[in-house]
Amino acid sequence: MTSPNPPAAAKPSLAQRISGERIVLALAAPVLAILLSVAICSVLLATSGKNPFDAWNVMITFVSGSDHQVLILNRTTTYYLAAAAAAFGFRMNLFNIGVEGQYKVAALFAAFVGTQVDLPSFLQIPLLLITAMLVGGLYASIAGLLKVYRGVSEVISTIMLNSIATAIVGVLLVPGIFAPKVSGTSNSIQTSPVSESSHFFSFTTNGGQLWGFLVIAIAVGVIFQLTLTRTRFGFDLRATGRSETAATASGVNVKKMIVISMVVSGAIAGLIGLPELLQNSFYYGQTFQQNLGFLGISIALLGRNSPIGIAFAALLFAFLDAAGSVLPLPANGEFPFEIVDVMKGTIVICVVVAYELVRRYGLVRQQKRVGAQLAAQAAAATETKEVSA
Amino acid sequence: MRRSMKLAAVVLSGSLGMASLAACGAKSNDNSSSSGSAAASGGAGGLKVGMAYDIGGRGDQSFNDSAARGLDKAKADLGVQVTEAEAKQGEAEADKETRLKNLVDGGYKTIVAVGFVYQQAVNKVAKDNPDVKFAIIDSNDKDQPSNVTSLLFAEQEGSYLAGVAAANKSKAHHIGFIGGVQSELIKKFEAGYKAGAKSVDPNIVIETTYLTTPPDFTGFASPDKGKEAAQGQLDKGADVIYSAAGSSGNGAIEAVANAKKLAIGVDSDQASQPALAKYKDAILTSMVKNVDNAVYSYIQSVKQGQSPTGIKLFDLKADGVSLATTGGKIDDIQDKLKAAADAIKSGATTIPTAPAQ
Repeated sequence: MTSPNPPAAAKPSLAQRISGERIVLALAAPVLAILLSVAICSVLLATSGKNPFDAWNVMITFVSGSDHQVLILNRTTTYYLAAAAAAFGFRMNLFNIGVEGQYKVAALFAAFVGTQVDLPSFLQIPLLLITAMLVGGLYASIAGLLKVYRGVSEVISTIMLNSIATAIVGVLLVPGIFAPKVSGTSNSIQTSPVSESSHFFSFTTNGGQLWGFLVIAIAVGVIFQLTLTRTRFGFDLRATGRSETAATASGVNVKKMIVISMVVSGAIAGLIGLPELLQNSFYYGQTFQQNLGFLGISIALLGRNSPIGIAFAALLFAFLDAAGSVLPLPANGEFPFEIVDVMKGTIVICVVVAYELVRRYGLVRQQKRVGAQLAAQAAAATETKEVSA
Repeated sequence: MRRSMKLAAVVLSGSLGMASLAACGAKSNDNSSSSGSAAASGGAGGLKVGMAYDIGGRGDQSFNDSAARGLDKAKADLGVQVTEAEAKQGEAEADKETRLKNLVDGGYKTIVAVGFVYQQAVNKVAKDNPDVKFAIIDSNDKDQPSNVTSLLFAEQEGSYLAGVAAANKSKAHHIGFIGGVQSELIKKFEAGYKAGAKSVDPNIVIETTYLTTPPDFTGFASPDKGKEAAQGQLDKGADVIYSAAGSSGNGAIEAVANAKKLAIGVDSDQASQPALAKYKDAILTSMVKNVDNAVYSYIQSVKQGQSPTGIKLFDLKADGVSLATTGGKIDDIQDKLKAAADAIKSGATTIPTAPAQ
């Protein structure tokens, strides 16, 4: 497995940064991965006796409906937050696998606070956001502290904490504690609906309600980028991520950095469940969506942990999932929806391979260019020598 | 302008661009909403029934398959047109709504949602489509719209009989219960089973294992977990194991069959399921939840032009739950079972719906 951090590169000037070659190289890997994955899935569909082009057609025409576009964007909001949470840890070389558990616990507590407190919206919404981030951050801090003081790998501890999170939900989400004693629904347990003032605003479009939480997701992305590139903390974080020993030598308090990054990652994770909670279902129930944390990890990997990269990756995954949900319908040709999971999986695998291939290709090109320059210099030097001789 | 500001600008304008894009396209279902009204009146074969399955779908040998049988029967006997869609693990709430909406948009004006996970999606889609009739199995919500009918079952009554059968057949006076997910629904199975077993043998030892706790619902579709749990109970000495765990029960039945002990199936008559044919000698009976009858009678009433609403309870009296007799393994205790069933029907025995703490 390659390191989740892109290889260190000298900071080039603005002109170099936007040069055509750099852009082509940066886009080459994801495009290559998607093409490869489409090819693999086409072969799979064809061998199962289905026409792959019909499937792609169904998925592409899906996007043309404005209500579907809203569906995709709403989903992107959730996916983006999940990916940002994972990516923040990755930038620091911390594998926060525990996003899954952090968002569940955070959403549960946010839902509970939302049912108990009924302040005016301008206080209530920030209160819920802070509750979720606090709970997510605190839950993640357990793994951070264990790593710093006991040397426990955060991969192991966060995986354990995911199971514990499920248990916490199981213990708390029972009638009389977080769920009302007398429930309106049979067979499924859920908190009471959050108060009216907790409802987040949404944009009314032709295609339905576009979640206002998109704004929060964008804000998270912008703050993420600014923190990384424009603050001392961001510099320390990237430095620690690339080499812990070097960072320590240059005076970075690595232990503090680990705990803080873990908490920030957990705090972002705390937001993942909120769009659904405050915009759609308004309660936390046993059927609250699972696996967003793991999905976030894939998206972060695809987006190379960059706030812009994961935006595109989240959009792609949201499109695949939303369009994939209509594939099995008889009217659309009864394609197995598993093909979408296969596609997501192959994209992630292919992208890791493709990044490595593109990186090597870039290196070879660079070496050739440098070699050519050196050869030219050497040739010039011998010429002058010959002249002087 | 600093680079980071530019970046922020790009992200913002990009997302706003997408948002405005979303606002201008045509809505995908604009043209289909008019086509369905003819189907609702239900001419000969005109009734179109859509079914949305829970996780596992057709082929789980259990709960979903029972609903599928009801649908198949309606298709054969009533000549209705049918279509099916299935839930996947870890899907978003929006996926359930989309699934139901797609069925509505396809002109299916009678929709059966299999499983309580659909409650919220059904509420929402039913409210937006008052001319479509919805049935939801295993769930009801006091706020559900009037075009939704809840099809509920008295699982605790059937499970009580299963408990009576298990206690009568256990040589070790030690039986087991495996629940798929520790949800309210499955607790009803547990409560009935334990009450039934204790009514025969107050000192019987009962092992209880739940495969997962909510919000983790994988316990309904993990035969490997079922097998492991059953093995654990067998090792402790249980010799009759009742599993209420969807397709996870297949694993439990396999483990029990390999140990030459007895298993009690659930939801469908599992001894007659082709996929479980090689273990049928180990299947004592099955607590059959006649989801198929419920689905069929619901479709029939819609076909006859009625507008069902509210709660339809399928209990022992209404033949909503029963014990399967395939294999003849409970024929010898039929009189005891009948006595227990009569006591339930007459109201002499009341069965708890939640296990004692």
